Amino acid sequence: MTEALLRIENLIKRFGGIVATDNLSLDVAPDELHAIIGPNGAGKTTLISQLIGQLRPSAGTIRFAGEDITYLPAWKRSHLGLARSFQITSLLRDFTAADNVAMAAQARDGHSFRFFGNARKEMGLREAALAALARVGLADRANVMVSRLSHGEQRELELAVALATKPRLLLLDEPMAGLGATESARMVRLLADLRKEVTIVLVEHDMNAVFALADRITVLVYGRVIASDVPAAIRVNEEVRRAYLGDQHVVTRHG
Amino acid sequence: MKPSSVDYRNVVAALVVVGLLALPLFSQLTGNFFVLTLFTRIVIFSLAAVSLNLIMGYGGMMSFGHAAYLGIGGYAVGILAAEGIGSGFIQWPVALAASALFALVIGALSLRTRGVYFIMITLAFAQMAYYVASGLSRYGGDDGLTIYKRSGFAGLINLSNRVEFYYLCLFCLFGGVFLVWRIVNSRFGLVVQGLRSNEQRMQAIGFPAKRYQLVCFVISGTMCGLAGALLANNTDFISPAVMYWTRSGDLMVMVILGGMGSLFGPVVGAIVYLVLEEFLSQVTEYWAMIMGPLLLLIVLFGRGGILGLIGSFSRD
Repeated sequence: MTEALLRIENLIKRFGGIVATDNLSLDVAPDELHAIIGPNGAGKTTLISQLIGQLRPSAGTIRFAGEDITYLPAWKRSHLGLARSFQITSLLRDFTAADNVAMAAQARDGHSFRFFGNARKEMGLREAALAALARVGLADRANVMVSRLSHGEQRELELAVALATKPRLLLLDEPMAGLGATESARMVRLLADLRKEVTIVLVEHDMNAVFALADRITVLVYGRVIASDVPAAIRVNEEVRRAYLGDQHVVTRHG
Repeated sequence: MKPSSVDYRNVVAALVVVGLLALPLFSQLTGNFFVLTLFTRIVIFSLAAVSLNLIMGYGGMMSFGHAAYLGIGGYAVGILAAEGIGSGFIQWPVALAASALFALVIGALSLRTRGVYFIMITLAFAQMAYYVASGLSRYGGDDGLTIYKRSGFAGLINLSNRVEFYYLCLFCLFGGVFLVWRIVNSRFGLVVQGLRSNEQRMQAIGFPAKRYQLVCFVISGTMCGLAGALLANNTDFISPAVMYWTRSGDLMVMVILGGMGSLFGPVVGAIVYLVLEEFLSQVTEYWAMIMGPLLLLIVLFGRGGILGLIGSFSRD
C-alpha cells in the first residue's frame, strides 16, 4: 500500500465538555478523492479547521506527506501544499477576482517584502492568476470586483484561489453550498476534472456529488468515523443508514 | 480614456500639490506671512496623517497612539539639541530610529490583539510615552523643552529661513506620499491590504499575517517620527502635550475626514481640519461645537471622507 498523503491519528478536539472530534483516525492516499460526509454537527468543519491549522487539536497527530503538522500555523501548511476552500465564501471582497488569485500565486513566489514594483503589473503573477481563473471558467470575469460576482462565481473563485497555491492536497469544505442545480452540475464537472491533477478531500452534503466523485467515503457521526470505504460499500452499510435515520433515502436513492 | 471620465479626486490632488508648491509665492506677494506659518504646520501634520493612513486606511490597523511618534521624533531632536548635538545629520536619523524602535516594540505587542483591544493597547502605549516625557525633569518635564537652535545641516539648508523650512517640510510630505503610493501598489502593500480585507483567507493561502503588519506598522511609525522632528523644529519647542491622546485623535480625524485608504485623503483632511480649526477658533472659543457636527455629516454621508464624496461625483 502506498504511503498516505494525509494521515490523521487519534485526533481529539474538545470544546469544554463536548467532544467534537473523538479519537478520529483517517488516511488519505495520494491521488484519491476522499469524501467526508455525516449528518449536521458530525464535526466535519471542526475536522477541516484542525487540518488547516485554524483550530488546535486537544490530542492526536496530523501528518502531511510524512511531516507532523499537528501544531503548524496555517500559513506554513499552505506552503507545504495544503489548500482549502471555505464553507462560507471567504475572499478578499474589495479586490478583483484576478487580484484574489494573483495574491495566492504571490504567496507561492517567495516572501512579499518587496516595497516598490507595481505588483499588479507583474506578468508572472497575472498570467498565473488568469490561468487559474480560466481553469474554473472565470477568465472573462477577471477584472470584476469579488463583491459583484454571483454566489456561484464566488464558489468557483474560491477554487481558483486554492489552485493557484499549487496544492498537493485540496480540502474543499462544501464547495456546492448554496449553489443552484446548474451551478452544482458545473462544479461537479469541474471537480471531476481537477481530481486528475490533485488529491482532494471533499466535505459535502450533496450526496449526488459525493457518490459521483468519490473514490472513498468516510462517514462521521458525533466526531467519530463509523465507516470508511468505497462508495458501493458505504451505500449498503447498515450503520451509515442508521446514522442518517430519516435521511437514509438520500444515501440509497442515487445509484 | 474618454475626456468625460475625469476623476475629480485626481483634480483635487493636483490642485493641492500646485497650491502647496505656490504658497510661499502667494505669501511673499501678499506679505501674508501668517499663512506660511499656518501651512508649515499643516504640511507637517499632513505627513503624520499620511503615515497614519498607511496602517489605518490601507492596513486596517486602528492605531490610537500615533501622536507618540510625533513626540518621540520631537524629543530626539530636542534632547540632542539640549545636550549640544545640533547637527541634523545626527538628530534626524536618531529621531527616525527611535520612532522605528518604539513602533517595533509596541507593534509586536499590540498586533497580538484585534479590534477594540488594538485601539486600546496602542492608546495605552502612547499614554505611557506621554507620562514618561512628563517625568523627564532634566528636559523640562510637563513644561516641555525649548529648542534654542534648529537642526543644522552644514549649510545645505537653513531651517530658520521660513521659506526654506516650508519647502523642506513639503519635500518630506511629497516624499511620504510617494513612498505610500509605491508601497500600496507593491507586493508588500497588496498583502497588507489583503490582510485588512480578510486575514483568515490570507493565512490560508500562506501569508504570515503578523510579520507583514508589523513591518507596515514600523514604516508608518518611522514616517511619523520624521513629522515629529519637523514639528519640533517648527515650534522650537517640544512638550509632552504633543503626545497626548487627543493629538492621536486629531490625526485619526484628519485621516477619516479626508478619506481613509486614499493617497491624498489625509493631506486634504489635515488641510481642512487645521484651517477650520484656525478660523473657527478666531470666531468662537467653542469652535469644536461647529467642527463636531461637520465631522458627523462627513462621516455619515461620505464614507470615503471628503475625497470619497468628490470621487462619487466623478463616476460616469
